[in-house]
Amino acid sequence: MPLRLVPRTRPSRLAQYGAPVLALVFTVAFGFVLFLSIGRDPWAALHAYFVAPISSAFGLSELLLTALPLALIGLGLAIGFRANVWNIGAEGQLLLGAIGGGAVALALWGEGVPGTFVLVCLTGALAGMAWAAIPAFLKTRFNANEILTSLMLIYVADHLLSWLVHGALRNPQGFGFPESRLFSPEALMPILWPGTRLHIGWLLLPVAAVAIWFMSRHTLAGYRLRVSGLSPNAAAYAGFSQPQSVWISFLLTGALAGLVGAMEVAGPVGQLLPEISPGYGFAAIIVAFLGRLSPLGVVLAAHLLALILIGGENVQLLGVPIAVAQLFQGVLLVAVLASDVLVRYRIVRIGQLETDEAAA
Amino acid sequence: MSPQPAGSVRLGISGVSKQYPGCLANDNVSFEAGAGEIVALLGENGAGKSTLVKIAYGLVAPDAGRIEIDGHPAALTSPAAARAAGIGVVFQHFSLFDSLTVLENISLGLDTPAARANLADRIREIGTRYGLSVEPDSIVADLSVGERQRVEIVRVLLQDPSILIFDEPTSVLTPQAIEGLFGTLRQLRDEGRAIVFISHKLDEIMSLCDRVTVLRGGRVVGSVPIGETNTKALAQMMIGHEVPDVAQRRDLAGGPVRLAARGLTMSSQNPHAPGLQNVTLEARGGEILGIAGVAGNGQEDLLAALSGERLAATETAIELEGAPVGRLGPGARRKAGMAFVPGERLGRGAVPPMSLSDNGFLTAHWRLPLVRRGVLSARAGAEFADRVIERFQVATRSRATAAQALSGGNLQRFIVGREVLSEPSVLIVAYPTWGVDVAAVAAIHEALIGLRDAGAAIVLMSEDLDELLALSDRIAVLYSGRMSAPLPIADCGKERLGLLMSGATDAEAAGGASHAA
Repeated sequence: MPLRLVPRTRPSRLAQYGAPVLALVFTVAFGFVLFLSIGRDPWAALHAYFVAPISSAFGLSELLLTALPLALIGLGLAIGFRANVWNIGAEGQLLLGAIGGGAVALALWGEGVPGTFVLVCLTGALAGMAWAAIPAFLKTRFNANEILTSLMLIYVADHLLSWLVHGALRNPQGFGFPESRLFSPEALMPILWPGTRLHIGWLLLPVAAVAIWFMSRHTLAGYRLRVSGLSPNAAAYAGFSQPQSVWISFLLTGALAGLVGAMEVAGPVGQLLPEISPGYGFAAIIVAFLGRLSPLGVVLAAHLLALILIGGENVQLLGVPIAVAQLFQGVLLVAVLASDVLVRYRIVRIGQLETDEAAA
Repeated sequence: MSPQPAGSVRLGISGVSKQYPGCLANDNVSFEAGAGEIVALLGENGAGKSTLVKIAYGLVAPDAGRIEIDGHPAALTSPAAARAAGIGVVFQHFSLFDSLTVLENISLGLDTPAARANLADRIREIGTRYGLSVEPDSIVADLSVGERQRVEIVRVLLQDPSILIFDEPTSVLTPQAIEGLFGTLRQLRDEGRAIVFISHKLDEIMSLCDRVTVLRGGRVVGSVPIGETNTKALAQMMIGHEVPDVAQRRDLAGGPVRLAARGLTMSSQNPHAPGLQNVTLEARGGEILGIAGVAGNGQEDLLAALSGERLAATETAIELEGAPVGRLGPGARRKAGMAFVPGERLGRGAVPPMSLSDNGFLTAHWRLPLVRRGVLSARAGAEFADRVIERFQVATRSRATAAQALSGGNLQRFIVGREVLSEPSVLIVAYPTWGVDVAAVAAIHEALIGLRDAGAAIVLMSEDLDELLALSDRIAVLYSGRMSAPLPIADCGKERLGLLMSGATDAEAAGGASHAA
């Protein structure tokens, strides 16, 4: 029974929503075999992945806390990617946000200024924007490839953070460890959900998602970004300048990534460390595409990715090697992206094709 | 080529069907071309001509039907198989490498190394025999469009095909070059080859062909000897109903100069285009200024310079309503009264996956109140799109339909409508009816004339001389980046324009035309 892929004339609604579900079912079946083959109880492993993280209040709060940075950065990236602006350096912008926010928190350390955390967040966002402005300037002024410049600036940011926590921002009473002081309480993000680490920064997520959806769908600036992405020639014809798209995309993502960086150090981390992000800026690229570059999709994708990140840590407690945990995560992502084929194509048996055409 | 008695069928296509997703491109098509005849394949864009050619050349496999060559069934599974079976195709778009010589280009296209022996001599020989003289050692980039077409024809003739298919061969040629091509085609016919001439230009078919087969909507609607038909009957077969007449020109005194270019000089971004040299033009309110010329003589640069997509060197190189705008971008020029219909519909004039509603915003928001404080007004945008769809009779299910789902003619109606309803005082129009169905052509021409009569200045660039002659009040010719002085329409003979299009000076063209007359 030969099968053939035939392009759909229009994307199918059913496939659009059904494809991710199918991908999940496939991944679970694959995981079942995978965990069985390494001699672990597949039920326990799958439980650890998909049920344990959300079966307790604390687990749920951790899921939301992990999804927050992924979603915020993913929202910004999705806007840029739609406009064909490829900011790969959100991780660096996040680090600069952490440095900027952290520097404010440390400068006001022990001063007891109420609401310091607001200043920390604002400074973080500005620092992230400033870092993002560098590739934007190089792109618009010299037409330098923004993929390379933004990516390279991650390493610069990483070393800058490392240099600072080894030097200027190191805790004077820290026995020479490369760490800053623990921030004072007024510089820390107030806790939203008592008894967990979920802080009020989470409230920004729905605000940002709605604001970005509105910007993209209903404002002239968002319209221009969409046109530039879909058809650069049409954008040039209509008189939309490419530099404007580049600047808006970079500054928006830079601000969100910087904000995330500041909220990480003023939230769950509580100080400046040489390593403050487990690669949120990179994972957010996956989140943006997984969410099909739409705000709602990005928010959902961020929570899915957070779930498997936390699940991956859980199964390691069951004795599953980290490599297998990562393999499973990889399979889930590949399955979700591959299921996209069903949205754009339909599967037809060769014999059936002819009868379809006869009917048409 | 195997000799066949005159009139015997060389290419016989019977019952061919081809389904594309959402489109039945060929529906049970049967077509014959006999030895020693030129058969026209006539149809509008989208009628299925290109698909039929691709099937005959082995580029597309039909879903059903059979093809016979000289009476024997042929399996045309690839272009090489089609060439081996004696079929040669000269495509509308040339596939030549600009930076290589004629000889190198032809050599690259040959199927067997053996065929390369004495190639230069054979190219010259074919050139002499058929009036297709090309120098094998010249670089393709230096050739005119007509010469490039000769290279393509020579390349095909080297294989001595018994069946020759020409896909819209005249669309890029000057009137003189068209006459030369027709001479070659008649000679090839008289040698007993079967010639298929694909076109939608009725006059050419009437003067050249022996028989015409008309396609509409993927089906053959008729096949008649040329002697038993006329252009009006053919047009009716092609579009399925009577052809509407274009409104007559009315004489207007010159209005104020609305758009002017003064000494516009610009190098081209395309290394093989001539750029612009000291181009001067004035378009007055109430007139259509036609710009004729063979493609590749600076048209793209002139359009970009007028629309603002490329900025001029000085403010004063371009004036809009008397104000210098040479350094202003497209948005600012639109605000000052300009509108622009680009040559490329999908991907420039419209964003393919966006709805008509969204495509209405694209340029109209510069001139109409469709945006308030940075927020798009969905209602105003929808009303505007509906107005365009209604006034210009765009056949579409609704304003929510994506631009890419529209036929070429309907999308062009929408784009022209959008620009005209933005109420510009200057409209620049490039190739407005290229590949557009006849009914849409009439609607578009009517819109341009209406806008002109309302006092706007229109600059019309077209490769179609008939269109320019029908609409323009004055015509200037662009050749190698230079613009001739515009001629009043009364002085515009096809002959004279044709000479200007091939590089003659104004005086030479005037003399040559009167001499020829």
